[in-house]
Amino acid sequence: MATASNPTRGTGLRRVPGVLLRIVLALFFAFPIVFMLISSFKPDQQIFKDLGSIRAFLPVGHVSLANYRGVFDRVPAMRFLMNSIVISAVTVALGIVVNSMAAFALSRMRWPGRRLLLTLIIATLIVPFETFALPMVWWVNKLPWLQFDGSHLVITEGWLDTYRVQILPFVANAFSVFLFHQYFQSIPKELDEAALMDGASWFGVYRRIIMPLSGPAVATVAILTFLPMWNSYLWPLMVVQDEHLRPVMIGIQYFFQLNVSWGQIMAYSTMITVPVLALFLAFQRAFINSIASSGVKG
Amino acid sequence: MSTTVSARPRPRGTPGGVQRRRERLTAFGMVSPAVVLLLCFLVVPVALAFGLAFTSARLVSPTPAHFVGLENFRLLFHDPVFARSLRNTLVFAAVVVPVQAGFGLALALLVNTKVRGTTFFRTVYFVPVVTSMVVVSLVWLFLYQKTGLVNHLIHSFTFGLVTGPDWLNNPRTSLPAIIFMSVWQGVGFHMVIWLSGLQTIPVELHEAAAIDGADRWARFRSVTWPGLRPTRAFVLITITIDAFRLFTQVNVMTQGGPVDSTSTVVYQAVHTGYDQQQTAYASAISLVFFVIVLAVSLIQRFLTREKD
Repeated sequence: MATASNPTRGTGLRRVPGVLLRIVLALFFAFPIVFMLISSFKPDQQIFKDLGSIRAFLPVGHVSLANYRGVFDRVPAMRFLMNSIVISAVTVALGIVVNSMAAFALSRMRWPGRRLLLTLIIATLIVPFETFALPMVWWVNKLPWLQFDGSHLVITEGWLDTYRVQILPFVANAFSVFLFHQYFQSIPKELDEAALMDGASWFGVYRRIIMPLSGPAVATVAILTFLPMWNSYLWPLMVVQDEHLRPVMIGIQYFFQLNVSWGQIMAYSTMITVPVLALFLAFQRAFINSIASSGVKG
Repeated sequence: MSTTVSARPRPRGTPGGVQRRRERLTAFGMVSPAVVLLLCFLVVPVALAFGLAFTSARLVSPTPAHFVGLENFRLLFHDPVFARSLRNTLVFAAVVVPVQAGFGLALALLVNTKVRGTTFFRTVYFVPVVTSMVVVSLVWLFLYQKTGLVNHLIHSFTFGLVTGPDWLNNPRTSLPAIIFMSVWQGVGFHMVIWLSGLQTIPVELHEAAAIDGADRWARFRSVTWPGLRPTRAFVLITITIDAFRLFTQVNVMTQGGPVDSTSTVVYQAVHTGYDQQQTAYASAISLVFFVIVLAVSLIQRFLTREKD
């Protein structure tokens, strides 16, 4: 009878095929990642030898950290990791401030043209980055920047090979503005009015009342900004030649120069994947919710 | 600006007028960082894609760019590599969109239950999504080798009857191999989107249908599928746009090869515009790409519109 009232809850033997299916699928999604983790501890020779059996997924044989030592000999891995952490963190922080401020003004304040601007911002969502990445390389190569050379300010041309070229283009994000806007709409407007009556400024309302109430939206925007920044590949490939400024994904290229060591490739891949994987496992609910909330824009 | 406002014989001094002006100024101040950045790093580059496509601009050039009219587009439409890239991109999208959407929905239905361990399985299915495409491509590059793990698995599951091809070095299997891997990586993302759609459907509807004697399939058709309408439109549009953007996998795994069998529109744009420094030609490719993506999303939006 339980099956009739709750169709999703089977009992006993009837559940076996369903559980088996789930397990097979889990193996299907997990096996490349497990293979990567395990192989990162094995010498190349053994990786190839183990391919034909279950041993490919087991930490058996000559297990060591040799590949990881090899990684550090081959590339400035720590430098790449630091660069990616700095670039992602600064973009996330600036993105939260810039996009939430815009969303606040668009959703809670009255001024001419705000509807039009919101529509225009949302319309840009349909333009994939790839369609203008190439002209943008040309464009950032021409952009000026003010620099202090010790005694006075000088204007320099070109943003290639800098941190800012990896950060500033990705700070303002139409989708983040949209997400904040949606969230702010759900907070009662009476809060603003009461605070304004008490003499608060509009910026004060934003900073002291609305933002402290918007934790979930901040988390979502942080995750949705962080993932693509950590994973960014196309853009730094084109605008950063200086080894000291390169992010983790570009480090991959170094492993295909001279003698290729798959063990080292797996070790480096593990090093740049595990931090994100750990964050995901720690904040699973927030991750899944943020992806799910990206579906609300239908 | 403030002088022109205060010069007008408006009710300045009245609390309402001052407050409204302050509200406007604050609002402008708060939107301007985002607007300036979007102008600089989205609007201007898009406009440049339009402009540069009609010039002879190169990334680094001793001579200034000049207007060449439709020359880039004339070259483009006679470029066999572009034709091939466009075809590959369309094939990729045509396979990935229905397969990934369907598989994602199946997974969502599978984990949208209260069976013990569901959270664990959902997490595992989602792991490829948080793994970067660069890493995923690298690992699969190794798995797809002639004597790699994939072929070992094929060999043992068919009891030695089938010997797999050299997946990425064979022009007939290279694109299918990339398609398979891309679905493996991306399907968890759409599982979650479908899941959030499924959870908006009231349980009472399912129960009512069950009481009316509807079986699983009938319930899916009459309750679940109609309830997923808004999610459907979103999933379709995001998968399609993502599919058109195919670049990383190709760049890491095949560099467009063998014999252009995996070259895509974005890959070709990057290859000509960056590696060969032909900014103008790449802009022309970007412009065509932009028009295609726009057209496809508008058509989809039209087809999946709310029918009132």
